[in-house]
Amino acid sequence: MTQQMTGAEMVIQAMIDQGVEHIFGYPGGAVLPIYDAMFQQEKLRHILVRHEQGAVHAAEGYARSTGKVGCVLVTSGPGATNAVTGLTDALMDSIPLVCITGQVPTHLIGNDAFQECDTVGITRPCTKHNYLVKSVNDLARVLHEAFYIAANGRPGPVVVDIPKDVQFATGTYVGPKAVQMKSYKPKVKGDLDKIKAAIEMLANAKKPIIYSGGGIINSGKEASHLLREFARLTGFPVTSTLMGLGAFPAANPQWLGMLGMHGTYEANWTMHDCDVMLCIGARFDDRITGRIDAFSPGSRKIHVDIDASSINKNVKVDIPIVGDCANVLEDMIRIWRSEAKQVDKQALAAWWKQIDKWRSRNSLAYRQSNETIKPQYAIQRLYELTRDRDVYITTEVGQHQMWAAQFFKFEEPNRWMTSGGLGTMGYGLPASVGVQLAHPKSLVIDIAGEASVLMTMQEMSTAAQYRLPIKIFILNNQYMGMVRQWQELLHGGRYSESYSEALPDFVKLAEAYHGVGIRCDKPGDLDHAIKEMINVDKPVIFDCMVDQLENCFPMIPSGKAHNEMLLGDVEGDIAKAIDEKGKVLV
Amino acid sequence: MSNGASASHYPAQTVKERIERHTLSVLVDNEPGVLARVIGLFSGRGYNIDSLTVSETEHEKHLSRITIVTSGTPMVIEQIRHQLERLVQVQRVVDLTESGPAIERELAMVKVRGKGDHRVEALRLADAFRARVIDATIDSFIFEITGASSKIDQFVNLMLPLGLAEVSRTGVAGISRGPEGM
Repeated sequence: MTQQMTGAEMVIQAMIDQGVEHIFGYPGGAVLPIYDAMFQQEKLRHILVRHEQGAVHAAEGYARSTGKVGCVLVTSGPGATNAVTGLTDALMDSIPLVCITGQVPTHLIGNDAFQECDTVGITRPCTKHNYLVKSVNDLARVLHEAFYIAANGRPGPVVVDIPKDVQFATGTYVGPKAVQMKSYKPKVKGDLDKIKAAIEMLANAKKPIIYSGGGIINSGKEASHLLREFARLTGFPVTSTLMGLGAFPAANPQWLGMLGMHGTYEANWTMHDCDVMLCIGARFDDRITGRIDAFSPGSRKIHVDIDASSINKNVKVDIPIVGDCANVLEDMIRIWRSEAKQVDKQALAAWWKQIDKWRSRNSLAYRQSNETIKPQYAIQRLYELTRDRDVYITTEVGQHQMWAAQFFKFEEPNRWMTSGGLGTMGYGLPASVGVQLAHPKSLVIDIAGEASVLMTMQEMSTAAQYRLPIKIFILNNQYMGMVRQWQELLHGGRYSESYSEALPDFVKLAEAYHGVGIRCDKPGDLDHAIKEMINVDKPVIFDCMVDQLENCFPMIPSGKAHNEMLLGDVEGDIAKAIDEKGKVLV
Repeated sequence: MSNGASASHYPAQTVKERIERHTLSVLVDNEPGVLARVIGLFSGRGYNIDSLTVSETEHEKHLSRITIVTSGTPMVIEQIRHQLERLVQVQRVVDLTESGPAIERELAMVKVRGKGDHRVEALRLADAFRARVIDATIDSFIFEITGASSKIDQFVNLMLPLGLAEVSRTGVAGISRGPEGM
């Protein structure tokens, strides 16, 4: 299909041909032709955000909850620079996005024109790839390539910078089928010899563990299904990173909970003491490994990743397999079956016995109170009271995020949207806007902290405009909780600038944004208040006043190993738990 | 629970791995920004660049070749190769140091100022190094010399006491030996 049209029309046409239904954006001088083309059609729906960072996070939430590519449209200069945080976030968490940025006309580029910035220069290190399109006849090809790059291999954000004169110029449009990438062909099929070796190693394991990550989610629903199948086949324990929650059902007895800095005792000890580790779709991030030279010292490791650069980056592995998770898991299951592999039942039973001992340590325990709402309790109640609903959870970043990961149980992939790699405060509210748009009938809750949520609070206005009944569930402790916790651990309890003075009245704020505000500060009232929130068909800000000084445990202090966790119920001076070397780590 | 590193039963430090020097040949699409992307990768991730050369090599196919000399532990070198391969515009990466016998050459232009004995000696050494004179005045020469970097280092060092004024070096270009292409 080739057709003559303007550059601006090509942008719209390419989106439609790529199956895009929603695009998040904010207009400005350098994208006016595209907004004009948008105005004259009805297939592509534009969602007007209140800040470009919000547009990118909304697109991330949309993409993460649907598995589709999220789309963003912003103007030149400040439009592009405001999008940078979101783009970096998407890069770190491997979220497929296409972000169109306007640019000053080609003849003005480099002239310090009004609202000019070097968008491709600024976004080069925070995108998977980016383009500056200088000729209208390249535009259609570039747009289709952008979608291909964003979605294939390890997903990520792609920026297409389009000067205003290119948007006005007329050229030839080609459809997606006419575009072939000549150089980018990611390997999805794992090396069979290596997979066979991995199966051999796993079948002989005495103390195995499956450590899965966000790659399973990115690979698609099939990968989650295959992970479950493989776990069922082997009976191995399964843990997951923050990004991978939901890929394996939390209700399954083989589930150990999340691992890493705030992971469960059983997950971390199992990682530490295992003899064979299958890492699939995860990347040995520093939040996972803790002290690297003490990370799972006695194990042989298998690493499945679509990105070869993730393998042997932090931790040396014995069997590297480059490939897509679903593809590799499929081969693994097939080979396991065809070779009629048997696990060492006796050894595995002994291993599970040991794991159950760790489990019985009940590391997520906390002291309940009748006076103040414990943040953990709030999330437990939120989970229990929404279990029968079709729920999607987004979060901000900090203590509440970790508690949500610990106490909210996920049975399905794509239900959990959080900023893992970059740790972007302010991610959750706009992300929930994107999720709610993609799933209008579902219950979408942003589990938030009062500090984080204020960073992108303006997107409540977007929620109001599009009648998106998102629920902002704030665990309000009036502190930047995780900062305060670290100051307690590392800096002698000197709470420098981590207390939030003059917080807004969140109930009134909700009302100002045409939503509903609910406040709750007594454990006894919590259930009723949560039910009330669920039943409101409008955006809600739920101001849950929680214990101000609660710390998030278990915790592997920085510079420590998996078997040196701190637990919440152990008395002792936690301020001494981190040594000088650990203090310089983040 | 232990208090401080001394109580830990783990070794205090990871064993230091040896630093190696490798030459990488990188075949890239000759498109705007590709060099910035490669250099940005090195600076952004804290890798070393000891030498870098780039030029278009196949005009019709729109290909350029970048030769990078870098140093790091074997794990870092492997990481650099994979990071380069991840770039969309990178077609191929070959580690010339690893992949078998390879030839590396560099070109330098060396300006030497001097009169009398120094001048004669400079000319004689240039001859020994098979450097060509490409410019001459009454009191200066410019030599053109090609060879391995070590040979050029050596030549430049010899010129130092003879009135070395200026050196311009291209950086290393490399190619593997034998009939096989990249």
